[in-house]
Amino acid sequence: MSKKLLSTIFSLSLVAFTSGTALSSAALADEAADIAKGTAIAEEWDRRDWGFGDTESFMEMQLENRHGDKSIREMRQKTLEVPGHDVGDKSLTIFDKPRDVKGTAFLSFAKIFDPDDQWMYLPAVKRVKRISSKNKSGPFLGSEFAYEDLSAQELKKYTYKWLRDEPCGELQCAVVEQTPTYENSGYTKMITWYDLSEYRQQKIDYYDRKGKLLKTLISSDFKQHLDKYWRPYNMYMENHQTGKKTRLVFSKIEFQKGLKDSELTKNTLKRVR
Amino acid sequence: MSNFMDRLSVSYAKGIIRWRWLVLLVTILATLGVASGGRFLSFTSDYRVFFGDDNPQLNAFESLQDIYTKTDNILFVLKPNNGKVFTPQWLEVVQDLTEESWQIPYSIRVDSITNFQHTEAVEDDLTVADLVEETGGLSQVGLDRIEQIALSEPALAKRIISEDSTTTGVQITLQLPPDDAVALDQAVKYAENMAANIEAANPELEVAITGLAPLSNAFPAASMADMSTLTPLMFLVIIIFLVAFLRSFTGTLGTLLVTIFSTMVAMGAAGFAGIKMTPPSAMAPTIILTIAIADCVHILVTMFHEMRHGTAKRDAIVESLRVNMQPVFLTSLTTVIGFLSLNFSEAPPFHDLGNIAAVGVIAAWIISIAFLPAFIAVMPVRVKPVVTGKSSVMERLGEFVIGHRTKLLLGMGLIVIGTSSFISKIELDDRFIEYFDTTVPFRVDSDFTRDNLTGVYQVEFSIDAEESGGVSSPVYLAHLEDFANWLRSKPEVVHVNSITDILKRLNKSMHGDDDSWYKLPDERDLAAQYLLLYEMSLPYGLDLNSQINIDKSASRMTVTLDNVSSNDMRDIALESTQWLRDNAPGYMEADGSGASVMFAHLADRNIKSMLSGTALAFVLISLSLVFALRSLKLGLISLIPNMVPAIMAFGVWGLFVGQVGLAVSVIAATSLGLIVDATVHFLSKYNRARTERGESSADAVRYGFRTVGSALWITTAVLVAGFAILSLSTFSVNADMGLLTAITIAIALFIDFLLLPPLLMLFDGEKATTTSTAPAAPAE
Repeated sequence: MSKKLLSTIFSLSLVAFTSGTALSSAALADEAADIAKGTAIAEEWDRRDWGFGDTESFMEMQLENRHGDKSIREMRQKTLEVPGHDVGDKSLTIFDKPRDVKGTAFLSFAKIFDPDDQWMYLPAVKRVKRISSKNKSGPFLGSEFAYEDLSAQELKKYTYKWLRDEPCGELQCAVVEQTPTYENSGYTKMITWYDLSEYRQQKIDYYDRKGKLLKTLISSDFKQHLDKYWRPYNMYMENHQTGKKTRLVFSKIEFQKGLKDSELTKNTLKRVR
Repeated sequence: MSNFMDRLSVSYAKGIIRWRWLVLLVTILATLGVASGGRFLSFTSDYRVFFGDDNPQLNAFESLQDIYTKTDNILFVLKPNNGKVFTPQWLEVVQDLTEESWQIPYSIRVDSITNFQHTEAVEDDLTVADLVEETGGLSQVGLDRIEQIALSEPALAKRIISEDSTTTGVQITLQLPPDDAVALDQAVKYAENMAANIEAANPELEVAITGLAPLSNAFPAASMADMSTLTPLMFLVIIIFLVAFLRSFTGTLGTLLVTIFSTMVAMGAAGFAGIKMTPPSAMAPTIILTIAIADCVHILVTMFHEMRHGTAKRDAIVESLRVNMQPVFLTSLTTVIGFLSLNFSEAPPFHDLGNIAAVGVIAAWIISIAFLPAFIAVMPVRVKPVVTGKSSVMERLGEFVIGHRTKLLLGMGLIVIGTSSFISKIELDDRFIEYFDTTVPFRVDSDFTRDNLTGVYQVEFSIDAEESGGVSSPVYLAHLEDFANWLRSKPEVVHVNSITDILKRLNKSMHGDDDSWYKLPDERDLAAQYLLLYEMSLPYGLDLNSQINIDKSASRMTVTLDNVSSNDMRDIALESTQWLRDNAPGYMEADGSGASVMFAHLADRNIKSMLSGTALAFVLISLSLVFALRSLKLGLISLIPNMVPAIMAFGVWGLFVGQVGLAVSVIAATSLGLIVDATVHFLSKYNRARTERGESSADAVRYGFRTVGSALWITTAVLVAGFAILSLSTFSVNADMGLLTAITIAIALFIDFLLLPPLLMLFDGEKATTTSTAPAAPAE
């Protein structure tokens, strides 16, 4: 068993590097079947997250450059689920540390095909600014996460194609290729490992505009909430090209605290604490 | 002892002739064995190889590159020949190029005027968008607006767009694997193809490519060009010389084989040692070819001389080895010492050059005393019998020197002093772009960039802010701004990139684009929050880390310079440090670094480090002369012809050229090992005449001219030709080194013929010495 495990880890890491190019195209019918299967997996993942209502999470963002220099930021994020497949969720991010940016708040209404609506509140000037930007591919706060990695992953943002099933750690995973359908993405494709027991995204490989492997996200420390919703407490993103890394560590994630739509508006942004 | 050495040489020579077939087989097999290491040879593309691991400027630059995003880049420069770039046609070309450049291998970021993230503020709305979105429907008003924004943006003006709007750049940031020549070449070739395609599609557009990546890629190109054009050229010259001077097919072929084998052994050994070729070490094959000839010429000239006087071939071989064994060994030893002294150099490529050449010289010595006599022994050799009665040119030159010894002494003394006085006219300059001559596209494109868009030399500072988050401190920012303004006021400075420009622009954006707010925020929290806002608005592939370190306790200032001398670059770096020391808090003190600063210090540091290397080589070489000639007096006299040529060569250079860089530091040491050869041959013949034949010093001079005069002409001519060929290199360090060495060697022969004999006659008295009375064992 452990021998098998070892060999699968090897093949997994091999596959991670070669899956972008090495797959021979199957017959058209097989292709359609793979697309259907991939889409079904993603639908199941999406379905299992329905109805979470709202969450409040406390996190630490650890940035590390290729020489191991580190910097740490602390923030909270409130997320409100917006029902329906055509709009994204709303989220509010409040910075706690470092001290000189404490109280800075960022409100985002995710859109699927249009640029997100974003507002930022800077306590030093006590002003809310609306930021319109098509820039979904830019880095979130200087981290290795892009906006598009963190903003709610709506089903319609991608097309899906099942590649294969394979062991991932102690679990069995479906490996699905996802291609962004929206404009201005920084990626040509992503390869996502969904575990088949709970349909959690265990790992994602991101490929850049040249089709080269850019980053890998590994999610771990999954905890289940309300007997239904799984959340990773540790998300580790490594940029293979620059050697930079970002780790998001969640200390607490709370569900259904009764966050109201009226708390997430431009006007309430000034009052957040 | 001299007798003993002679007897040893004679029995050695007889042994070689007896076992000639075995000797041939063993030398060929051994050569092929070592030469097989050549398959491990590769070319390095990292300009940092010019700097030792403990070079302070390199370490300063590397620690700066560790803190901030590394800056390997390719810069496309576009200039339409019909005016401004702000037309729908050209903006579309720039936009397309910007989009396509993301496909360049290892690119992580592309910046141009079209994708510049322009922030526009209308009341409380900030719109961040590409400066140029749709090119098709742009009206003149729209074009004017874009032009006005680009020219007033410090991040773009004089960097990505020229002041007169006629030239623009597309900047590609690369993340290359370290010292991977293949990856680098892939990226640069891709960009070159793109440039060629754009030029083909737009005949009225000029496209140039520069940047650190094309620079790095120009190094292996220069090495390969030298090895593939100069080395064959050297071969041709050698063949012409040999055919002309030796007039013997076997002699020419034998010499060619010796030189080829020596070069193969040296390059094979370099391969086994894992040496990566750089432009300086790429000179090694040409140098070895040149030097290996000398040994053969000396052996062959004596042999043919004997045969012309009726000696049988094998006896002539034995006699030639008897009289040449010692000088050939000695000249090889001194040459090896000269080359090995390059290990004192600051620049590791010169260590490689010295070591490869030293191996080549040793190989040449072994092969020419083993393979060559065996080869001659098995091949047919025909010589014309000598026409007696006519004294040779050399003998007449000898008579002239003896007759005019006093006049020569005085005249030569004046020439030496006069020439040497021009050394003060030598100026050191190491602008690394100008290492490549104007036949190299990289140089042409870089000059084009400098003339039309922006400077190509940069000095960088990492300026500390004392504490984590300290870059937002108003005190820090105010001093940073003063420093940037001070730098901008200097005529040599083209552009300064500083985070203060970002903060001023954000402050203005946050106040509805009101120009009166284009100033630094005066609170720390505000500045920190602006930076956060800025970070949130950065596009794909860009982050603050290119200008601010990860815990925001230091920022980077990049200063682009005009085409200034490396002296001026050093001065600007030093003055900047002094300015910070005088005008800013202590923690903000910083040293300028960057490739240009590193190269600006290189020649200076190299000269200092080579001083001790040259001195040591000089002492060792002089000692070996004293020991070999067994005469302290001759050893001391030899100091003059050994020391003077390099000094005079520098004088000649100062008079006719003036500017020189890195090459100057290694000339004295390498040329010493070569010029000493002529002295050795002349002195050893002179000494032989004095001790074996008991001749007067005038007769001994006569004997010297007669026996080695023509061989010295030939070997010097070959050496001068060989190093003169190096002066054709497209890499100026090599070209300067070749030309300076050629001048030095030519001067050395001049000194050996015209100054050394009068010196000998002056100091070595007229009476015949009788230290060794036993006659030499005659050849059988």
